[in-house]
Amino acid sequence: MYAQMIKSEASKDDPEQLAAFQARIDAGDKIEPKDWMPQGYRKTLIRQIGQHAHSEIVGQLPEGNWITRAPTLERKAILLAKVQDEAGHGLYLYCAAETLGVSRDELTEMLLDGRMKYSSIFAYPALTWADMGAVGWLVDGAAIMNQVPLQRTSFGPYARAMVRICKEESFHQRQGFDIMMKMANGTEAQRRMAQDALNRFWYPSLMMFGPSDSESVHSEQSMQWKIKMNGNDELRQKFVDQTVPQAEYLGLTVPDPDLQWNDDKGGYDFSGPDWSEFFDVLKGNGPCSTERIEARQKAWDDGAWVREARLAHAAKKRVPKVAAE
Amino acid sequence: MGDSALVLGQRLSEWCGHAPALEEDIALANIALDLIGQTQLWLGLAAERGAGASADALAFHRDAWDFHNLLLVEQPNRDFAVTMMRQFLFDAWHFEALTALAAHEDADVSAIAQKSLKEVTYHRERSTDTVIALGDGTEESRARMQGALDRLWPYVGEMFITDADDLTDVAALRPSFEAHVHSTLDAATLIAPTSDFAHQGGKTGVRHTEHLGHMLAVMQSLPRSYPDATW
Repeated sequence: MYAQMIKSEASKDDPEQLAAFQARIDAGDKIEPKDWMPQGYRKTLIRQIGQHAHSEIVGQLPEGNWITRAPTLERKAILLAKVQDEAGHGLYLYCAAETLGVSRDELTEMLLDGRMKYSSIFAYPALTWADMGAVGWLVDGAAIMNQVPLQRTSFGPYARAMVRICKEESFHQRQGFDIMMKMANGTEAQRRMAQDALNRFWYPSLMMFGPSDSESVHSEQSMQWKIKMNGNDELRQKFVDQTVPQAEYLGLTVPDPDLQWNDDKGGYDFSGPDWSEFFDVLKGNGPCSTERIEARQKAWDDGAWVREARLAHAAKKRVPKVAAE
Repeated sequence: MGDSALVLGQRLSEWCGHAPALEEDIALANIALDLIGQTQLWLGLAAERGAGASADALAFHRDAWDFHNLLLVEQPNRDFAVTMMRQFLFDAWHFEALTALAAHEDADVSAIAQKSLKEVTYHRERSTDTVIALGDGTEESRARMQGALDRLWPYVGEMFITDADDLTDVAALRPSFEAHVHSTLDAATLIAPTSDFAHQGGKTGVRHTEHLGHMLAVMQSLPRSYPDATW
Protein backbone atom coordinates (compact mmCIF):
# COMPACT_ATOMS: atom_id res chain seq x y z
CA MET A 1 0.00 0.00 0.00
CA TYR A 2 1.66 3.14 -1.16
CA ALA A 3 -0.78 5.62 0.36
CA GLN A 4 -0.80 5.77 4.14
CA MET A 5 -2.50 8.03 6.65
CA ILE A 6 -4.22 10.07 3.95
CA LYS A 7 -6.14 12.81 5.69
CA SER A 8 -9.63 13.21 4.25
CA GLU A 9 -10.72 16.78 3.73
CA ALA A 10 -14.12 17.80 4.97
CA SER A 11 -16.25 19.40 2.31
CA LYS A 12 -17.94 22.77 2.65
CA ASP A 13 -19.83 22.42 -0.60
CA ASP A 14 -23.52 22.86 -1.32
CA PRO A 15 -25.41 19.97 0.38
CA GLU A 16 -27.55 19.29 -2.70
CA GLN A 17 -24.54 19.00 -4.98
CA LEU A 18 -22.83 16.81 -2.39
CA ALA A 19 -25.82 14.50 -2.23
CA ALA A 20 -26.01 14.24 -6.02
CA PHE A 21 -22.28 13.50 -6.15
CA GLN A 22 -22.57 10.80 -3.48
CA ALA A 23 -25.49 9.28 -5.41
CA ARG A 24 -23.29 8.99 -8.51
CA ILE A 25 -20.59 7.26 -6.48
CA ASP A 26 -23.09 4.92 -4.85
CA ALA A 27 -24.40 4.02 -8.31
CA GLY A 28 -20.87 3.03 -9.35
CA ASP A 29 -20.33 5.95 -11.77
CA LYS A 30 -16.77 6.96 -12.54
CA ILE A 31 -15.96 10.58 -11.75
CA GLU A 32 -14.00 12.22 -14.56
CA PRO A 33 -11.69 15.27 -14.28
CA LYS A 34 -14.17 17.78 -15.74
CA ASP A 35 -17.10 16.59 -13.62
CA TRP A 36 -18.13 18.60 -10.58
CA MET A 37 -16.57 17.20 -7.41
CA PRO A 38 -16.39 18.37 -3.79
CA GLN A 39 -13.26 20.29 -2.87
CA GLY A 40 -12.49 17.69 -0.22
CA TYR A 41 -12.68 14.85 -2.75
CA ARG A 42 -10.28 16.70 -5.04
CA LYS A 43 -7.80 17.55 -2.27
CA THR A 44 -7.84 14.08 -0.75
CA LEU A 45 -7.26 12.48 -4.14
CA ILE A 46 -4.37 14.82 -4.95
CA ARG A 47 -2.79 13.85 -1.65
CA GLN A 48 -3.41 10.14 -2.16
CA ILE A 49 -2.39 9.90 -5.83
CA GLY A 50 0.57 12.21 -5.21
CA GLN A 51 1.79 10.11 -2.30
CA HIS A 52 1.38 6.98 -4.41
CA ALA A 53 3.37 8.57 -7.27
CA HIS A 54 6.13 9.72 -4.90
CA SER A 55 6.34 6.19 -3.48
CA GLU A 56 6.97 4.79 -6.96
CA ILE A 57 9.75 7.31 -7.56
CA VAL A 58 11.43 7.04 -4.17
CA GLY A 59 10.92 3.27 -4.45
CA GLN A 60 13.32 3.27 -7.41
CA LEU A 61 16.19 4.13 -5.09
CA PRO A 62 16.61 1.00 -2.93
CA GLU A 63 16.36 -1.19 -6.03
CA GLY A 64 18.46 1.10 -8.22
CA ASN A 65 21.11 0.63 -5.57
CA TRP A 66 21.34 -3.04 -6.62
CA ILE A 67 21.05 -2.84 -10.43
CA THR A 68 24.78 -2.20 -10.72
CA ARG A 69 25.46 -5.24 -8.50
CA ALA A 70 22.91 -7.69 -9.94
CA PRO A 71 24.67 -11.07 -9.97
CA THR A 72 23.82 -12.20 -13.52
CA LEU A 73 23.08 -10.43 -16.80
CA GLU A 74 19.53 -11.77 -16.72
CA ARG A 75 18.89 -10.52 -13.18
CA LYS A 76 20.31 -7.14 -14.16
CA ALA A 77 17.99 -6.94 -17.16
CA ILE A 78 14.94 -7.98 -15.10
CA LEU A 79 15.69 -5.48 -12.33
CA LEU A 80 16.25 -2.68 -14.85
CA ALA A 81 12.92 -3.49 -16.46
CA LYS A 82 11.21 -3.52 -13.07
CA VAL A 83 12.61 -0.21 -11.90
CA GLN A 84 11.77 1.28 -15.29
CA ASP A 85 8.17 0.07 -14.77
CA GLU A 86 8.13 1.88 -11.43
CA ALA A 87 9.21 5.15 -13.03
CA GLY A 88 6.41 4.54 -15.56
CA HIS A 89 3.90 4.04 -12.73
CA GLY A 90 5.07 7.32 -11.24
CA LEU A 91 4.47 8.96 -14.60
CA TYR A 92 0.87 7.65 -14.99
CA LEU A 93 0.06 8.64 -11.43
CA TYR A 94 1.46 12.16 -11.76
CA CYS A 95 -0.59 12.48 -14.96
CA ALA A 96 -3.71 11.29 -13.10
CA ALA A 97 -3.01 13.87 -10.37
CA GLU A 98 -2.50 16.59 -12.98
CA THR A 99 -6.08 16.09 -14.19
CA LEU A 100 -7.11 17.40 -10.75
CA GLY A 101 -5.33 20.70 -11.30
CA VAL A 102 -1.90 20.26 -9.74
CA SER A 103 1.35 20.07 -11.73
CA ARG A 104 4.04 17.42 -11.48
CA ASP A 105 6.54 20.13 -10.51
CA GLU A 106 4.31 21.33 -7.65
CA LEU A 107 3.91 17.77 -6.38
CA THR A 108 7.67 17.21 -6.58
CA GLU A 109 8.36 20.36 -4.60
CA MET A 110 5.88 19.24 -1.94
CA LEU A 111 7.71 15.90 -1.65
CA LEU A 112 11.06 17.64 -1.32
CA ASP A 113 9.99 20.17 1.31
CA GLY A 114 8.17 17.53 3.35
CA ARG A 115 4.58 18.65 2.77
CA MET A 116 3.89 15.33 1.03
CA LYS A 117 5.01 11.85 2.06
CA TYR A 118 6.02 8.61 0.39
CA SER A 119 5.34 5.10 1.69
CA SER A 120 7.20 4.34 4.92
CA ILE A 121 8.62 1.12 3.44
CA PHE A 122 11.06 2.96 1.18
CA ALA A 123 12.77 4.59 4.14
CA TYR A 124 14.29 1.16 4.89
CA PRO A 125 17.62 0.08 3.40
CA ALA A 126 18.18 -2.69 0.82
CA LEU A 127 21.29 -4.37 2.21
CA THR A 128 21.77 -7.64 0.35
CA TRP A 129 20.69 -9.16 -2.95
CA ALA A 130 18.00 -11.10 -1.06
CA ASP A 131 16.37 -7.74 -0.32
CA MET A 132 15.57 -7.51 -4.04
CA GLY A 133 13.63 -10.72 -3.56
CA ALA A 134 11.97 -9.53 -0.35
CA VAL A 135 10.96 -6.19 -1.86
CA GLY A 136 9.27 -7.94 -4.79
CA TRP A 137 7.69 -10.67 -2.71
CA LEU A 138 6.59 -8.71 0.38
CA VAL A 139 6.48 -5.03 -0.59
CA ASP A 140 4.99 -5.47 -4.04
CA GLY A 141 2.78 -8.20 -2.58
CA ALA A 142 1.41 -5.77 0.02
CA ALA A 143 1.01 -3.06 -2.62
CA ILE A 144 -1.04 -5.41 -4.81
CA MET A 145 -3.42 -6.16 -1.91
CA ASN A 146 -4.34 -2.49 -1.84
CA GLN A 147 -4.14 -1.71 -5.53
CA VAL A 148 -6.28 -4.48 -6.95
CA PRO A 149 -9.43 -3.03 -5.30
CA LEU A 150 -8.33 0.47 -6.35
CA GLN A 151 -8.94 -0.54 -9.96
CA ARG A 152 -12.59 0.00 -8.98
CA THR A 153 -11.99 3.36 -7.30
CA SER A 154 -14.44 6.16 -8.15
CA PHE A 155 -11.99 8.52 -9.89
CA GLY A 156 -11.66 7.41 -13.52
CA PRO A 157 -8.01 8.35 -14.28
CA TYR A 158 -6.80 6.77 -11.01
CA ALA A 159 -8.77 3.57 -11.61
CA ARG A 160 -7.46 3.25 -15.16
CA ALA A 161 -3.84 3.91 -14.13
CA MET A 162 -4.26 1.21 -11.51
CA VAL A 163 -5.34 -1.41 -14.06
CA ARG A 164 -2.02 -1.22 -15.86
CA ILE A 165 -0.01 -0.84 -12.66
CA CYS A 166 -1.56 -3.99 -11.18
CA LYS A 167 -0.63 -6.07 -14.23
CA GLU A 168 3.00 -5.02 -13.89
CA GLU A 169 3.06 -5.35 -10.10
CA SER A 170 1.98 -8.96 -10.22
CA PHE A 171 4.94 -9.66 -12.50
CA HIS A 172 7.17 -7.83 -10.04
CA GLN A 173 5.93 -9.92 -7.17
CA ARG A 174 6.58 -13.14 -9.09
CA GLN A 175 10.14 -12.08 -9.92
CA GLY A 176 10.70 -11.25 -6.24
CA PHE A 177 9.48 -14.67 -5.16
CA ASP A 178 11.68 -16.25 -7.82
CA ILE A 179 14.76 -14.52 -6.35
CA MET A 180 13.71 -15.70 -2.86
CA MET A 181 13.38 -19.30 -4.11
CA LYS A 182 16.88 -19.24 -5.56
CA MET A 183 18.26 -17.75 -2.36
CA ALA A 184 16.33 -20.01 0.01
CA ASN A 185 17.41 -23.09 -1.95
CA GLY A 186 20.94 -21.87 -2.49
CA THR A 187 24.15 -21.97 -0.47
CA GLU A 188 24.26 -21.43 3.27
CA ALA A 189 25.24 -17.79 2.72
CA GLN A 190 22.29 -17.28 0.38
CA ARG A 191 19.85 -18.87 2.86
CA ARG A 192 21.20 -16.59 5.54
CA MET A 193 20.63 -13.55 3.32
CA ALA A 194 17.08 -14.72 2.56
CA GLN A 195 16.17 -15.17 6.24
CA ASP A 196 17.79 -11.88 7.15
CA ALA A 197 15.80 -10.08 4.44
CA LEU A 198 12.54 -11.58 5.75
CA ASN A 199 13.50 -10.61 9.31
CA ARG A 200 14.09 -7.00 8.34
CA PHE A 201 11.18 -6.54 5.89
CA TRP A 202 8.39 -8.42 7.71
CA TYR A 203 7.20 -5.74 10.14
CA PRO A 204 7.85 -2.77 7.81
CA SER A 205 5.67 -4.63 5.26
CA LEU A 206 2.88 -4.95 7.83
CA MET A 207 3.17 -1.21 8.47
CA MET A 208 2.44 -0.52 4.81
CA PHE A 209 -1.28 -1.02 5.49
CA GLY A 210 -1.34 1.82 8.01
CA PRO A 211 -2.46 1.84 11.66
CA SER A 212 -5.39 -0.17 12.92
CA ASP A 213 -8.82 0.95 11.66
CA SER A 214 -9.81 1.83 15.23
CA GLU A 215 -7.08 4.48 15.21
CA SER A 216 -7.35 5.52 11.60
CA VAL A 217 -9.47 8.64 11.73
CA HIS A 218 -9.48 9.41 8.03
CA SER A 219 -10.90 6.25 6.59
CA GLU A 220 -14.65 6.73 6.76
CA GLN A 221 -15.05 9.64 4.34
CA SER A 222 -12.59 8.10 1.88
CA MET A 223 -14.46 4.79 1.98
CA GLN A 224 -17.73 6.63 1.31
CA TRP A 225 -16.14 8.30 -1.70
CA LYS A 226 -14.70 4.97 -2.84
CA ILE A 227 -11.14 6.23 -2.89
CA LYS A 228 -10.29 3.81 -0.12
CA MET A 229 -11.87 0.43 -0.72
CA ASN A 230 -10.92 -1.72 2.29
CA GLY A 231 -10.01 -1.35 5.93
CA ASN A 232 -6.36 -1.44 6.97
CA ASP A 233 -6.74 -4.41 9.32
CA GLU A 234 -8.68 -6.44 6.77
CA LEU A 235 -5.94 -6.01 4.15
CA ARG A 236 -3.16 -6.70 6.66
CA GLN A 237 -4.87 -9.95 7.70
CA LYS A 238 -5.25 -10.97 4.06
CA PHE A 239 -1.57 -10.25 3.44
CA VAL A 240 -0.43 -12.32 6.43
CA ASP A 241 -2.72 -15.22 5.47
CA GLN A 242 -1.32 -15.22 1.95
CA THR A 243 2.33 -14.75 2.88
CA VAL A 244 2.88 -17.15 5.79
CA PRO A 245 2.39 -20.33 3.68
CA GLN A 246 4.75 -18.85 1.07
CA ALA A 247 7.41 -18.34 3.75
CA GLU A 248 6.88 -21.95 4.88
CA TYR A 249 7.28 -23.13 1.29
CA LEU A 250 10.59 -21.25 1.14
CA GLY A 251 11.69 -22.85 4.41
CA LEU A 252 12.01 -19.44 6.04
CA THR A 253 10.78 -18.39 9.48
CA VAL A 254 8.45 -15.42 9.90
CA PRO A 255 10.01 -13.39 12.76
CA ASP A 256 6.94 -13.52 15.00
CA PRO A 257 6.94 -16.02 17.91
CA ASP A 258 3.21 -15.43 18.42
CA LEU A 259 2.23 -16.27 14.85
CA GLN A 260 -0.37 -19.03 14.99
CA TRP A 261 -3.23 -20.34 12.86
CA ASN A 262 -6.62 -19.57 14.37
CA ASP A 263 -9.26 -22.04 13.23
CA ASP A 264 -12.14 -19.96 14.53
CA LYS A 265 -11.38 -16.92 12.40
CA GLY A 266 -9.89 -18.93 9.54
CA GLY A 267 -6.73 -16.84 9.57
CA TYR A 268 -3.48 -16.29 11.43
CA ASP A 269 -3.10 -14.53 14.75
CA PHE A 270 0.00 -12.38 14.55
CA SER A 271 1.87 -9.59 16.33
CA GLY A 272 1.48 -6.07 15.05
CA PRO A 273 4.47 -3.93 14.19
CA ASP A 274 5.96 -1.35 16.53
CA TRP A 275 3.77 1.64 15.69
CA SER A 276 6.08 4.11 17.41
CA GLU A 277 8.70 3.13 14.81
CA PHE A 278 6.12 3.71 12.06
CA PHE A 279 5.33 7.21 13.32
CA ASP A 280 9.05 7.95 13.61
CA VAL A 281 9.51 6.93 9.98
CA LEU A 282 6.61 9.16 8.90
CA LYS A 283 8.27 12.05 10.72
CA GLY A 284 11.38 11.52 8.59
CA ASN A 285 13.31 9.37 11.04
CA GLY A 286 13.45 6.19 8.98
CA PRO A 287 16.88 4.58 8.56
CA CYS A 288 17.20 6.02 5.02
CA SER A 289 14.76 8.96 5.16
CA THR A 290 17.49 11.58 4.91
CA GLU A 291 19.29 9.83 2.05
CA ARG A 292 16.09 9.24 0.05
CA ILE A 293 15.04 12.89 0.04
CA GLU A 294 18.63 14.01 -0.44
CA ALA A 295 18.89 11.81 -3.55
CA ARG A 296 15.62 13.18 -4.98
CA GLN A 297 16.64 16.74 -4.14
CA LYS A 298 19.99 16.25 -5.88
CA ALA A 299 18.35 14.79 -9.00
CA TRP A 300 15.92 17.74 -9.04
CA ASP A 301 18.65 20.38 -8.56
CA ASP A 302 21.23 18.78 -10.86
CA GLY A 303 18.59 18.26 -13.55
CA ALA A 304 17.26 21.83 -13.51
CA TRP A 305 19.51 22.97 -16.38
CA VAL A 306 18.35 20.05 -18.52
CA ARG A 307 14.66 20.79 -17.97
CA GLU A 308 15.23 24.51 -18.62
CA ALA A 309 17.24 23.78 -21.79
CA ARG A 310 14.57 21.47 -23.17
CA LEU A 311 11.91 24.13 -22.62
CA ALA A 312 14.13 26.82 -24.15
CA HIS A 313 14.82 24.66 -27.20
CA ALA A 314 11.13 23.81 -27.63
CA ALA A 315 10.28 27.52 -27.45
CA LYS A 316 12.90 28.35 -30.14
CA LYS A 317 11.44 25.70 -32.40
CA ARG A 318 7.94 27.11 -31.93
CA VAL A 319 8.88 30.70 -32.86
CA PRO A 320 9.75 30.12 -36.52
CA LYS A 321 6.67 27.95 -36.93
CA VAL A 322 4.37 30.63 -35.53
CA ALA A 323 6.11 33.27 -37.66
CA ALA A 324 5.61 31.15 -40.77
CA GLU A 325 1.90 30.82 -40.07
CA MET B 1 30.88 -5.55 -29.25
CA GLY B 2 29.66 -7.33 -26.13
CA ASP B 3 32.10 -5.64 -23.76
CA SER B 4 31.28 -2.15 -25.01
CA ALA B 5 27.55 -2.86 -24.71
CA LEU B 6 28.03 -4.23 -21.19
CA VAL B 7 30.20 -1.40 -19.91
CA LEU B 8 27.92 1.29 -21.30
CA GLY B 9 24.79 -0.53 -20.08
CA GLN B 10 26.33 -0.69 -16.62
CA ARG B 11 27.22 3.02 -16.71
CA LEU B 12 23.71 4.03 -17.78
CA SER B 13 22.11 1.91 -15.08
CA GLU B 14 23.92 4.04 -12.49
CA TRP B 15 21.46 6.81 -13.41
CA CYS B 16 18.45 4.86 -12.27
CA GLY B 17 16.38 7.06 -9.95
CA HIS B 18 18.65 10.09 -10.39
CA ALA B 19 17.88 11.50 -13.86
CA PRO B 20 16.78 15.11 -14.50
CA ALA B 21 13.17 14.12 -15.31
CA LEU B 22 11.10 10.95 -15.18
CA GLU B 23 11.06 10.66 -18.97
CA GLU B 24 14.87 10.75 -19.03
CA ASP B 25 15.06 8.18 -16.25
CA ILE B 26 12.82 5.81 -18.19
CA ALA B 27 14.72 6.38 -21.45
CA LEU B 28 18.14 5.77 -19.86
CA ALA B 29 16.91 2.57 -18.21
CA ASN B 30 15.41 1.47 -21.50
CA ILE B 31 18.66 2.00 -23.39
CA ALA B 32 20.62 0.27 -20.62
CA LEU B 33 18.21 -2.65 -20.88
CA ASP B 34 18.72 -2.90 -24.65
CA LEU B 35 22.50 -2.85 -24.18
CA ILE B 36 22.43 -5.55 -21.50
CA GLY B 37 20.26 -7.65 -23.85
CA GLN B 38 22.80 -7.16 -26.64
CA THR B 39 25.57 -8.12 -24.21
CA GLN B 40 23.83 -11.42 -23.53
CA LEU B 41 23.76 -12.12 -27.28
CA TRP B 42 27.34 -11.08 -28.11
CA LEU B 43 28.99 -12.63 -25.05
CA GLY B 44 26.74 -15.68 -25.45
CA LEU B 45 28.06 -16.13 -28.98
CA ALA B 46 31.65 -15.54 -27.82
CA ALA B 47 31.18 -18.23 -25.16
CA GLU B 48 29.75 -20.65 -27.74
CA ARG B 49 32.82 -20.05 -29.88
CA GLY B 50 35.13 -20.97 -27.03
CA ALA B 51 35.89 -17.69 -25.24
CA GLY B 52 34.46 -18.86 -21.91
CA ALA B 53 31.86 -20.96 -20.13
CA SER B 54 28.93 -18.56 -20.61
CA ALA B 55 28.00 -14.92 -21.13
CA ASP B 56 27.81 -14.53 -17.34
CA ALA B 57 31.24 -16.08 -16.84
CA LEU B 58 32.67 -13.59 -19.33
CA ALA B 59 30.87 -10.64 -17.75
CA PHE B 60 31.56 -11.42 -14.11
CA HIS B 61 34.78 -13.43 -13.98
CA ARG B 62 37.22 -11.54 -16.17
CA ASP B 63 39.58 -8.82 -14.99
CA ALA B 64 39.93 -5.42 -16.64
CA TRP B 65 42.81 -6.43 -18.94
CA ASP B 66 40.61 -9.07 -20.55
CA PHE B 67 37.89 -6.55 -21.37
CA HIS B 68 37.96 -5.24 -24.93
CA ASN B 69 35.54 -2.34 -24.70
CA LEU B 70 36.08 1.12 -26.15
CA LEU B 71 37.62 3.62 -23.72
CA LEU B 72 34.74 5.98 -24.49
CA VAL B 73 32.13 3.83 -22.76
CA GLU B 74 34.06 3.38 -19.52
CA GLN B 75 34.17 7.15 -18.96
CA PRO B 76 32.21 8.08 -15.83
CA ASN B 77 28.72 9.58 -16.13
CA ARG B 78 29.76 12.89 -14.55
CA ASP B 79 26.76 15.09 -15.42
CA PHE B 80 23.88 14.59 -17.85
CA ALA B 81 25.80 16.49 -20.55
CA VAL B 82 28.76 14.07 -20.47
CA THR B 83 26.39 11.09 -20.28
CA MET B 84 24.38 12.17 -23.31
CA MET B 85 27.39 13.29 -25.36
CA ARG B 86 29.07 9.94 -24.67
CA GLN B 87 25.84 8.25 -25.70
CA PHE B 88 25.57 10.26 -28.89
CA LEU B 89 29.16 9.57 -29.99
CA PHE B 90 28.81 5.88 -29.18
CA ASP B 91 25.39 5.56 -30.85
CA ALA B 92 26.69 7.25 -34.01
CA TRP B 93 29.56 4.72 -34.17
CA HIS B 94 27.40 1.78 -33.02
CA PHE B 95 24.85 2.46 -35.76
CA GLU B 96 27.52 2.35 -38.48
CA ALA B 97 29.23 -0.71 -36.99
CA LEU B 98 25.98 -2.67 -36.72
CA THR B 99 24.92 -1.65 -40.23
CA ALA B 100 28.18 -3.15 -41.53
CA LEU B 101 27.88 -6.26 -39.33
CA ALA B 102 24.28 -6.86 -40.38
CA ALA B 103 25.75 -7.99 -43.73
CA HIS B 104 28.49 -10.12 -42.12
CA GLU B 105 29.06 -13.55 -43.65
CA ASP B 106 28.73 -15.26 -40.26
CA ALA B 107 25.00 -15.86 -39.84
CA ASP B 108 25.10 -15.53 -36.03
CA VAL B 109 26.98 -12.24 -36.17
CA SER B 110 24.64 -10.90 -38.80
CA ALA B 111 21.53 -11.97 -36.85
CA ILE B 112 22.69 -10.25 -33.64
CA ALA B 113 23.65 -7.12 -35.57
CA GLN B 114 20.29 -6.96 -37.32
CA LYS B 115 18.38 -7.28 -34.06
CA SER B 116 20.59 -4.75 -32.29
CA LEU B 117 20.42 -2.31 -35.18
CA LYS B 118 16.66 -1.90 -34.69
CA GLU B 119 17.27 -0.81 -31.11
CA VAL B 120 20.31 1.32 -31.85
CA THR B 121 18.53 3.18 -34.66
CA TYR B 122 16.23 4.48 -31.95
CA HIS B 123 19.10 5.14 -29.50
CA ARG B 124 20.84 7.26 -32.12
CA GLU B 125 17.68 9.16 -32.97
CA ARG B 126 17.11 9.99 -29.31
CA SER B 127 20.66 10.97 -28.41
CA THR B 128 20.87 13.08 -31.59
CA ASP B 129 17.69 14.96 -30.64
CA THR B 130 18.98 15.41 -27.10
CA VAL B 131 22.35 16.79 -28.22
CA ILE B 132 20.56 19.26 -30.50
CA ALA B 133 18.09 20.34 -27.79
CA LEU B 134 20.71 20.76 -25.08
CA GLY B 135 23.28 22.35 -27.41
CA ASP B 136 20.72 24.78 -28.76
CA GLY B 137 18.97 25.29 -25.42
CA THR B 138 20.22 27.81 -22.87
CA GLU B 139 23.63 29.41 -22.46
CA GLU B 140 24.40 27.07 -19.59
CA SER B 141 23.33 23.94 -21.45
CA ARG B 142 25.36 24.90 -24.50
CA ALA B 143 28.48 25.43 -22.36
CA ARG B 144 27.98 22.09 -20.63
CA MET B 145 27.50 20.25 -23.93
CA GLN B 146 30.51 21.90 -25.51
CA GLY B 147 32.57 21.01 -22.44
CA ALA B 148 31.38 17.41 -22.65
CA LEU B 149 32.23 17.22 -26.36
CA ASP B 150 35.73 18.64 -25.80
CA ARG B 151 36.33 16.23 -22.93
CA LEU B 152 35.17 13.14 -24.84
CA TRP B 153 36.55 13.91 -28.30
CA PRO B 154 39.95 12.25 -27.58
CA TYR B 155 38.06 8.96 -27.17
CA VAL B 156 36.47 9.10 -30.64
CA GLY B 157 39.54 8.05 -32.64
CA GLU B 158 39.85 4.63 -30.99
CA MET B 159 36.51 3.60 -32.44
CA PHE B 160 38.00 3.73 -35.95
CA ILE B 161 41.31 1.93 -35.44
CA THR B 162 40.94 -1.45 -37.08
CA ASP B 163 42.75 -4.33 -35.42
CA ALA B 164 42.96 -8.07 -36.00
CA ASP B 165 40.00 -8.85 -33.70
CA ASP B 166 37.55 -6.57 -35.50
CA LEU B 167 34.67 -8.23 -37.32
CA THR B 168 34.63 -5.44 -39.86
CA ASP B 169 36.96 -2.71 -41.12
CA VAL B 170 35.93 -0.01 -38.64
CA ALA B 171 38.19 2.59 -40.25
CA ALA B 172 35.88 2.53 -43.26
CA LEU B 173 32.94 3.63 -41.07
CA ARG B 174 34.40 7.02 -40.27
CA PRO B 175 33.05 9.12 -43.21
CA SER B 176 29.41 8.17 -42.49
CA PHE B 177 29.97 8.69 -38.77
CA GLU B 178 31.45 12.13 -39.33
CA ALA B 179 28.66 13.19 -41.67
CA HIS B 180 26.07 12.41 -38.99
CA VAL B 181 28.09 13.89 -36.12
CA HIS B 182 28.94 17.13 -37.90
CA SER B 183 25.39 17.79 -39.12
CA THR B 184 24.14 17.17 -35.57
CA LEU B 185 26.75 19.41 -33.97
CA ASP B 186 25.87 22.16 -36.46
CA ALA B 187 22.21 21.94 -35.54
CA ALA B 188 23.23 21.95 -31.89
CA THR B 189 25.39 25.08 -32.37
CA LEU B 190 28.38 23.11 -31.04
CA ILE B 191 31.90 23.20 -32.44
CA ALA B 192 33.72 19.97 -33.25
CA PRO B 193 37.26 19.98 -31.81
CA THR B 194 39.93 20.04 -34.48
CA SER B 195 42.45 17.81 -32.71
CA ASP B 196 42.56 14.25 -33.98
CA PHE B 197 44.48 12.97 -30.97
CA ALA B 198 43.11 9.59 -29.90
CA HIS B 199 43.59 7.71 -26.62
CA GLN B 200 44.00 4.00 -27.24
CA GLY B 201 44.13 0.78 -25.27
CA GLY B 202 40.50 -0.11 -24.43
CA LYS B 203 39.75 -2.33 -27.43
CA THR B 204 43.04 -4.15 -27.06
CA GLY B 205 42.77 -4.26 -23.26
CA VAL B 206 46.36 -3.02 -23.06
CA ARG B 207 45.61 0.18 -21.13
CA HIS B 208 42.13 0.89 -19.80
CA THR B 209 41.37 4.03 -17.82
CA GLU B 210 41.40 3.86 -14.02
CA HIS B 211 37.61 3.97 -14.07
CA LEU B 212 37.03 0.45 -15.39
CA GLY B 213 38.48 -1.31 -12.36
CA HIS B 214 36.08 0.46 -10.02
CA MET B 215 33.14 -0.36 -12.25
CA LEU B 216 34.05 -4.04 -12.38
CA ALA B 217 34.64 -4.16 -8.62
CA VAL B 218 31.02 -3.11 -8.11
CA MET B 219 29.52 -5.11 -10.96
CA GLN B 220 31.31 -8.37 -10.21
CA SER B 221 31.16 -8.22 -6.40
CA LEU B 222 28.46 -10.85 -5.81
CA PRO B 223 29.54 -13.58 -8.26
CA ARG B 224 33.16 -13.14 -7.17
CA SER B 225 32.34 -13.21 -3.44
CA TYR B 226 30.08 -16.24 -3.73
CA PRO B 227 31.54 -18.32 -6.58
CA ASP B 228 29.52 -21.42 -5.59
CA ALA B 229 26.16 -19.66 -5.66
CA THR B 230 23.59 -19.65 -8.43
CA TRP B 231 21.27 -16.69 -8.58
